[in-house]
Amino acid sequence: VSHVLRRVTFGPTAAEIDAAARADLSATVTALLAPAALPKPPTLGPGPVGALAEGASRADRQKARQVVRQQVADLTWWWFTRMAATGGAAEKLTFFWHGHWATSVQKVRSVRLMLRQQQTFRRYGAGDTGALVRAMLRDPALILWLDGQRNTRQAPNENLARELMELFTLGVGNYTENDVKAGARVLTGWRVDRAAGAARLVPRRHDDSPVTLLGRTGTVDVDGYADLLVRHPAHLPFLAGRLWLRYGSDEPAPAAGMRRMVGAGRSATAMLTALATDPAFPATAGHLVKQPVEWLVGAVRQLGIDTGTLTGEQRKQVLAGLRTLGQVPLRPPSVGGWPAGAAWLTTSSAGARLRSGQALVALAPHAVETIAATARDERLDALAHLLVVDGWTGRTRSALAGAVGEPRRLLALGLATPEYTVH
Amino acid sequence: MDTITRRRFLTASGVVAGAALAAGGTAYGLAEILGTAGQRVPGAKTLVLVTLYGGNDGLNTVIPYADPAYRSNRPQLAYAADQVLTLDDAFGLNPAMTGLHRLYGEKRLAIVRGVGYPKPDRSHFRSMDIWQTGQPDRPGTTGWLGRWLDAAGGDPRLAVSFEPVLPPLLAGARSAGATVPGGAVQLPGTVTTDLLRSFGRPSAGEPPAQARAAACFADLVRVQGLMHDVASAAADEQDSAEDPPATGTGGAGPPLEAQLALVARCVEAGAATRAYSVSLGGFDLHADEKTAQESQLAKLDKPLAAFADRMARTAAGKDVVIAVYSEFGRRVKANASDGTDHGTASSMFLLGAGVRGGLYGEPPSLTDLDDGDLRHTVDFRDVYAMLLGDVLDGDAEKLLNGWTGRFRFD
Repeated sequence: VSHVLRRVTFGPTAAEIDAAARADLSATVTALLAPAALPKPPTLGPGPVGALAEGASRADRQKARQVVRQQVADLTWWWFTRMAATGGAAEKLTFFWHGHWATSVQKVRSVRLMLRQQQTFRRYGAGDTGALVRAMLRDPALILWLDGQRNTRQAPNENLARELMELFTLGVGNYTENDVKAGARVLTGWRVDRAAGAARLVPRRHDDSPVTLLGRTGTVDVDGYADLLVRHPAHLPFLAGRLWLRYGSDEPAPAAGMRRMVGAGRSATAMLTALATDPAFPATAGHLVKQPVEWLVGAVRQLGIDTGTLTGEQRKQVLAGLRTLGQVPLRPPSVGGWPAGAAWLTTSSAGARLRSGQALVALAPHAVETIAATARDERLDALAHLLVVDGWTGRTRSALAGAVGEPRRLLALGLATPEYTVH
Repeated sequence: MDTITRRRFLTASGVVAGAALAAGGTAYGLAEILGTAGQRVPGAKTLVLVTLYGGNDGLNTVIPYADPAYRSNRPQLAYAADQVLTLDDAFGLNPAMTGLHRLYGEKRLAIVRGVGYPKPDRSHFRSMDIWQTGQPDRPGTTGWLGRWLDAAGGDPRLAVSFEPVLPPLLAGARSAGATVPGGAVQLPGTVTTDLLRSFGRPSAGEPPAQARAAACFADLVRVQGLMHDVASAAADEQDSAEDPPATGTGGAGPPLEAQLALVARCVEAGAATRAYSVSLGGFDLHADEKTAQESQLAKLDKPLAAFADRMARTAAGKDVVIAVYSEFGRRVKANASDGTDHGTASSMFLLGAGVRGGLYGEPPSLTDLDDGDLRHTVDFRDVYAMLLGDVLDGDAEKLLNGWTGRFRFD
């Protein structure tokens, strides 16, 4: 059960594990993946970039950039505190989709549009991927990010069509260069209205002549394209592979497990249920490197840090850990999303976990007290319980032995252990 | 237990590019090799590999200004003959590349044209996997420098990256290069070398990912020693509030200038490292390309020329060879959002020890195209073979899976 919770949710606490242990596994999985209500979005203020007049002065542009930077910081913190507060599967899935349709605010330059995209993940991410793909093809942030609004009848731009098939729905090798060209034509004509926060189709920029796309010839509109993609035989295996990469293991999925996920149908919830209840799933424990966001959210939750009481300086300090570990929400490094697995295991990330761990423990007096109140010879077990680690290797026990007398140090080191780095 | 368990990691695309890394750390623990790796072999050369992420537009970098097909394909994007920095009567460099143009004039810059590979892939990620693994048919699980590192003994100090995430090219089957962003790994004062050592010990039977996490601590001990002399002036990560630019296609790291400054310090301090990986992202210019590419190329040109000059001033620096590549060039025809879409063959730059300046490689025809794209005339593995053999003293044929071609300066 603790394995399922560690993977499907964001850093479960010891109390959550204990509660879940009383129910049976499949009921737990169903409850974890039950639909979550759409959260009330934060108030972020108007987007200054959209409001800039044509030919605005340098100073005005600079000011707008500054406002955007502050808004990005606010939205990032709001999202982070939401992950830490709920810790639930819904927010984890939202983060999965963010890494999947990896869009960076740095080019979009509007928190409103980034938030809109995030809400789209919350609204459609748990259900049929057909609805999600349809919504994403109208998503203003994605359109801006991949030059969709530069894609017109007169001058097709292939960026969005290519990444849509390669990275979002089918995977490399499952479409041809001609499909990219045809797909780009189907997607011509969308414009983003920053002020309205929406994208709309401009008929005179749109090319509605017939195309041959993924083996079908005819006139295809944007929804027709989305349907072709999600009904393509490569779509479900591709998506199952992507989910396995983030929820399953750094090693390839066993064929039987992959078949079960594909057989579960066109929804992330169904596929994750299949993954978490697969007979081979327990054996993946410890075989997946935590992404930095998973590591940090888990640490904050397990240490019981109350994000609501942190000062601006402390907030910055917490998020600085993500920057040095190389995973800042809203800023994926590329449209391919963040790396996975051993790419997170570097000399510098080991150093960053040690530093960040120390900073986090300084914000967690309650967790320090819990350890301090435990008898010395039971502190390593108490540490494992608090951090929801199944157990320490002899190596780590002896490495930590020198710190049992110092609860703060022990906790900080616990967060950097090899056992805590994976899940 | 198995001393070596294969494990994989995935690159950004989710394409398996990964590496089989050591489990249990024993592959690293060969004290004899580590002892010798600390001393540089006199006269050994050092490779500095510069990766340009995003697909740099080769035709507007090394510009075939005299070819009428160049101008007719790119009415808005083309440079006129009097704008380019002339190399000869047919080619010129982008106007932003004054530093490299000077080095070319001094016969220090070699430009290899038409570099690519068969059946080019137009996906950034797939093509970058192909370049980084050196395996065009089927990008495998190890990087070309990672395989060299395996053969050279696997000490992570031999191959260093200053990017925050391990680039696949440094992943071997049994070892991996060290990543040292910012040049220094700062540790809390309470963390001692003994503690790192004890975290770094292998534990029998643990999952490979966990074993790798432990091995990072052992690597950290070694990297600490390597970086001790060079860390003093490195910028504090906490203070650098500016984010690296989002590039869409990878290469988000510290500025190239900062990465090269760290390389320079390591080289001058006589570090054992033989291969450095540095990178610059932001070349994926589907729209409004011209000025953006000039500013990108300036970000390459200035630091690179300064680095080459600095290297030429010291004995250690004179053994350094620099190679620059990108995952592909761009389509010959502009796309009319004043940008270019993904293409194929492009130029590589070589500088430093043993490099004879000049133009090499048959320039690809702009009219005899493969579905709108250039046909490559030089396989990138030829250049790799030269770098592996002549610079890194490796068995190029073996490291490149039987590839026998080799680029030569003649």
